[in-house]
Formats: sequence, structure tokens, C-alpha cells
Amino acid sequence: MSAFRSLRALVLGFGLIAGASPALAAGEAISLPDTRFSFDGLFGHFDRASAQRGFQVYKEVCSGCHSMHLLSYRNLRQLGLSEAEVAGIAATVQVMDGPNDEGQMVERPGRASDRFKSPFPNEQAARAANNGAHPPDLSVITKAREGGADYLHALLVGYSDPPPGVQLAEGMYYNKYYAGHQIAMPAPITSDGQVEYHDGTQATVDQMVTDVTQFLTWAAEPELEERKAMGVKVVIFLTILGGLAYAVKRKIWADVH
Amino acid sequence: MAIGLHKSEFKNPVIRWVDARLPIFTMVQKEYGTFPTPRNFNYFWNFGALALVSLVIMMATGIFLAMNYTAQTGLAFDSVERIMRDVNYGWLLRYAHANGASMFFIVVYIHIFRNLYYGSYKAPRELLFMLGVVIFLLMMATAFMGYVLPWGQMSFWGATVITNLFSAVPLVGESIVTWLWGGFSVDNPTLNRFYSLHYLMPFLILGVVFLHVATLHITGSNNPLGIDPKGPQDTVPFHPYYTAKDSVGLIVYFIVFAVLVFFYPNILGHADNYIPANPLVTPPHIVPEWYFLPFYAILRAVPDKLGGVVLMFGSIAILFVLPWLDTSPVRSMRFRPLARPFFAVWCLGFIVLLYVGGKPAEEPYVTIARVATAYYFLYFLVILPLLGRLERPLPLPESIARPVLRGGGPMPAGAMSKPMEKA
Repeated sequence: MSAFRSLRALVLGFGLIAGASPALAAGEAISLPDTRFSFDGLFGHFDRASAQRGFQVYKEVCSGCHSMHLLSYRNLRQLGLSEAEVAGIAATVQVMDGPNDEGQMVERPGRASDRFKSPFPNEQAARAANNGAHPPDLSVITKAREGGADYLHALLVGYSDPPPGVQLAEGMYYNKYYAGHQIAMPAPITSDGQVEYHDGTQATVDQMVTDVTQFLTWAAEPELEERKAMGVKVVIFLTILGGLAYAVKRKIWADVH
Repeated sequence: MAIGLHKSEFKNPVIRWVDARLPIFTMVQKEYGTFPTPRNFNYFWNFGALALVSLVIMMATGIFLAMNYTAQTGLAFDSVERIMRDVNYGWLLRYAHANGASMFFIVVYIHIFRNLYYGSYKAPRELLFMLGVVIFLLMMATAFMGYVLPWGQMSFWGATVITNLFSAVPLVGESIVTWLWGGFSVDNPTLNRFYSLHYLMPFLILGVVFLHVATLHITGSNNPLGIDPKGPQDTVPFHPYYTAKDSVGLIVYFIVFAVLVFFYPNILGHADNYIPANPLVTPPHIVPEWYFLPFYAILRAVPDKLGGVVLMFGSIAILFVLPWLDTSPVRSMRFRPLARPFFAVWCLGFIVLLYVGGKPAEEPYVTIARVATAYYFLYFLVILPLLGRLERPLPLPESIARPVLRGGGPMPAGAMSKPMEKA
């Protein structure tokens, strides 16, 4: 029945369109360059050295304005930092704690169990310090933007002078990849050597952008490696089980057909 | 039935003792063991079982998520991310639950497609079909409220748009919306009641599923030929034949599910829902989850708000009278040469609605949505009623065991060797 077969194709197509539509729905007309990352693909994993450098970029460049309040310092252990290194990083900030036995709030050095300290106490303070704009929290930023890591990478290298005829509003910057092209964030990573890497890696603009993208993707999806590794095992297991189930079905049905 | 212990046929003394007092083993044996099932099911008949599996997965993962979720506007978003980061396998639970909803809808849409193509809604299965539509409506309500719980931007704005639909009701619309919200905007009371209802409704679904299955076991299943089994030569016992066949479909289902959960967990979601809800910032495009898009397209196709709401609900309500709109006595479209292309166009129209529902409300999508919406209703209200009178169906096979063979080939071996019984 050929008409029936075409209906079956319709059902398949239905599934495909269903899968594609939300991505289409968000309607980002600007096409992003497809950057290759170590965490892409079925066997994706994080490049820990790169993510560690990315944390350094975040700490020295981004964290002045952007919070990451869903992460704790202890999470950095997952990037290969030692317990002592994490404790050292946490101790560089002062955290308000308490009340103590006298009912007083006290400041103490940060611990590994503390959340990343936010640069501003609240949104109003952040806006007041940033020309009215609110620098978004970066904890899940690659999940919160269409295009994810590709978008983040493109955005960070996408700054340029506005093309002729484009009038920027006051305090706004031109970015090829930002929706509407006017972004309140000035180009954060602008010159080679802006961050001094300890591991001898050349701190080119592209290297720093790649590293911080690696770090922020890890921050958004710390389960990614475990998830993909488990997925490979699960799919292999199910495929074998499916083959067995099909063989059993064939055997059971042999006398009916 | 006579009062007294059930005469159990089980040999095991413990099972026999229980079965005599509560014949649950006899029932399972009758309904899922020896239950006579048409022998000619294709794999489309897997999807009812798959839908039940989906429901169970949603309830199982949901219960564990609820143990770690906080239904409070200031905490909900972070509590979901805490599940992703700090709860053991919390990411697996949440991604399975979020993608499980999509899997549930994919399965149910195919289940409904199979029903429409093979005319399963026709007598004597009208009530079975109507209960199915009730399940579908309950599913939509449950999924909608579930999507509000992470309290992201799409949660908040989706809830705002959908609850606002009720303001289209004349006179009391605004009061209804305030009553639904528990205040003057979508806020903490709304989140709390949605959470409560989101936990309650799956159990209602389970109840209606029970009725759906009970009704099915009165009439028996339809089959690809759409003719009734005439005797044992037309059926096989459910077990092991269909338990084995359903197992194959189930594993394929799990493979698709696993690929989504482990490799593309967010592909069916919206990036905007990873931005915490903000009543002061409206996202550029407010789009519901993909499974609502066809109905969202119908809603937006009508320039009048009340009209749009009526058509949107009408597009599902119309299914309740479908068994009486379709006047053809032939169930399966295999034997309905005229109905088949019209139905294919209807399916295409549904997919088109799904597509344009995710697009901004501008040309050419608005016109496309209107044409597709018009055809959606035209098919049910005009084409199906007329086709039953105008169409000359192909000759139906005599029985399931002896289908009409193209070119008059030999009869399948054994088809006649078994004694014929009256159905």
C-alpha cells in the first residue's frame, strides 16, 4: 500500500519537524559560526586545562560584573584543582556569615562550600553600576542562549565598529551576533595577553575566549561528561537488547505467519 | 455473579488462596494472558502500551523530583538547578521527566494518528475513543502546569498567555483569570496551585486510563483491516504474541528516549526557560512547548480573541463527536480510496500548524495557519460526513485470517484448518 507508506513517512517527518521547531521558533536570524569544542559530540568531554584557564579569565575579567551564584567553590574540584587550591581560591573573598552567639553578623574568609561570591549585592546595585544594564548571572548561560557555546564564543569575538549608517544608543556597543546588534556590555576580551596564564599558554584573544567558553559550558552542564558516557552505554545495551527482543518475537510468531 | 469464593484454576497454593478471595491472578491471566487479540496488528498497535509506560515513567521520575523541588517563586528556579547539580542523578531524573513529556506526546500523537487512519473510533469503540480524548486533554493540562514549575521566562510568560485566554469569556472572563491566578498576576499562589494540580492530575489520568483499558477489553481491539475477528483463527492470545511484539517497540522507544535524554536533553526545550522568570521582561517570542504548537497556531489564526479560544478548544472538542461525523461504515482507510488522500492532507495540515505555531504571528505564517485551520475543521465537519455517502469502499476481506490477496494468490496455510466459530 503505497499511500499507507507515504503516511508512515508523514509520521516520521512529523517527528523531525517537532524536533526542529523550537530552535526555529526562537527566530535568531544571524547564523553563528560552528566552533568545534572538546565537549561536542557523543563522546564529548571537557578540556580541563582549558576550563581552568577559563576560570581564570572569568575571575579576572568577567566576575567584576557577572555573578555565578549557582556554583560553589568546591565544584572547581571537578576541573582538577586540588583541595588546597580550591580552599585558597575561596579564601580570597570575604563572606558575610552569622548571626554568631552574640547575634552579630560577621565577615569571614570564604570556604570551599560557599557559593561564588556575587559582585553586586542585588540587581539594583548591579544596574546602578552598569549604566542601567543588568549583567546576567553566568551559571547556566550556555543553556540560556540559543546556540549555546557557539553563540557565546561568537558573541565574545563579535565586537566591531558599527557599520556606516548604524547609530548606537549612548553607552551601547556594536556586536555582530547580539540580537539587535546593540549590546550594553563593552568588549570584555580585547587584547592578547590580557590575562597572564600560569601554564605557559599563549593568551591570545581567541584562546581566552575559547577557554572561558569551555569554563562556562562546564559551569552550565557539569554533568555533561557523565551524561554522554552513560548515554553511549545505555544505547549500546538497548540496541543489543532490542536485537534479542526482535529475535524472540520472530521465534514466537514463526508459527503464526 | 454468585457469592462465594472464586474457583481458581491456579495450582500454586498461595496464589490459589489469594485468587479464590481476590481473583486478580485470574483477571490478569484473562485480560493479558489469554486475551484474544487480532493476529494482524502492525507496529502502530504498540503505542497504547508505550503511552502507559510513558505515564509510569513520568510519575516515577516526578515523585523523586518533587522531593527536591521548592514551589516558591524566589526559590523554584534555583531548586531545579540544585536538582541538576547536587542531587544524585538529579540531572537524569529531570531530563528524563522533561523529555519524557515530549516522548509521551509523540507516542500519543502516533496513537491518535493510528486511531484515525484505521477508524478505531467507530462503533462499537466510541466511548473508548472519547475516554482517550479525555486523557489527551488531561495530559495537556498536566504538561502545561508542569512547564510552569521551573519558573523560567517561558514558564512565566507561557502561564500568563494561556491563563489570559480565559479572559475572553464574556462578562466573567477577568474574574475567572483572577481566580485562576489567585491574585492579579501569575505569581506565587499560581505556582503553588499549579504544583499541587500537577501532582494530582497524573493520578486522574491513571484513573481514566484504567477506564480506557477496561472499555478496550469489552470491545476488543480494532486491527489494520478494520473488520471484526470472526473466530479463534483470527486471533492470538495476547501473551506471548503481543507481549513479545510490544517489547520490541518498547526498546525502540527507549532508544529514542535515551538519545534525547543523554545527548540532546534541551533540544525540545527553550533556551529562554533557563533565564529566571522576570515579570518586567517579556521574551521576544512567547512559544509554548512543541506539542501545543498546532493548537497555538489555531488560536492565533483567528483575529478575534474569543473566536480563537473557541476554535482552539473546539479543535479537540470536535473529536468527541467524530464517531458520528464519520458516516462511513468502513473502519480502515486501507479500503477507503477517497478518504485516504483527504486524511493525508489533514495530517499534513496538522504538521503545518505545528510548524507555523512556532513562528512569529506575521505573514506568510498567519495566512498559512488560517488555511490549515480551515482544512482541519472542514475535514471533520464536511469531508468526512460527505465521504461516507459518496465513497465506494474497496471490497472488505472475508476475515482477518483470510485477507483479500492481490492477484488471487493461495490461501495462507492453516487458515482453514481450524474450526470456524461464531464471533
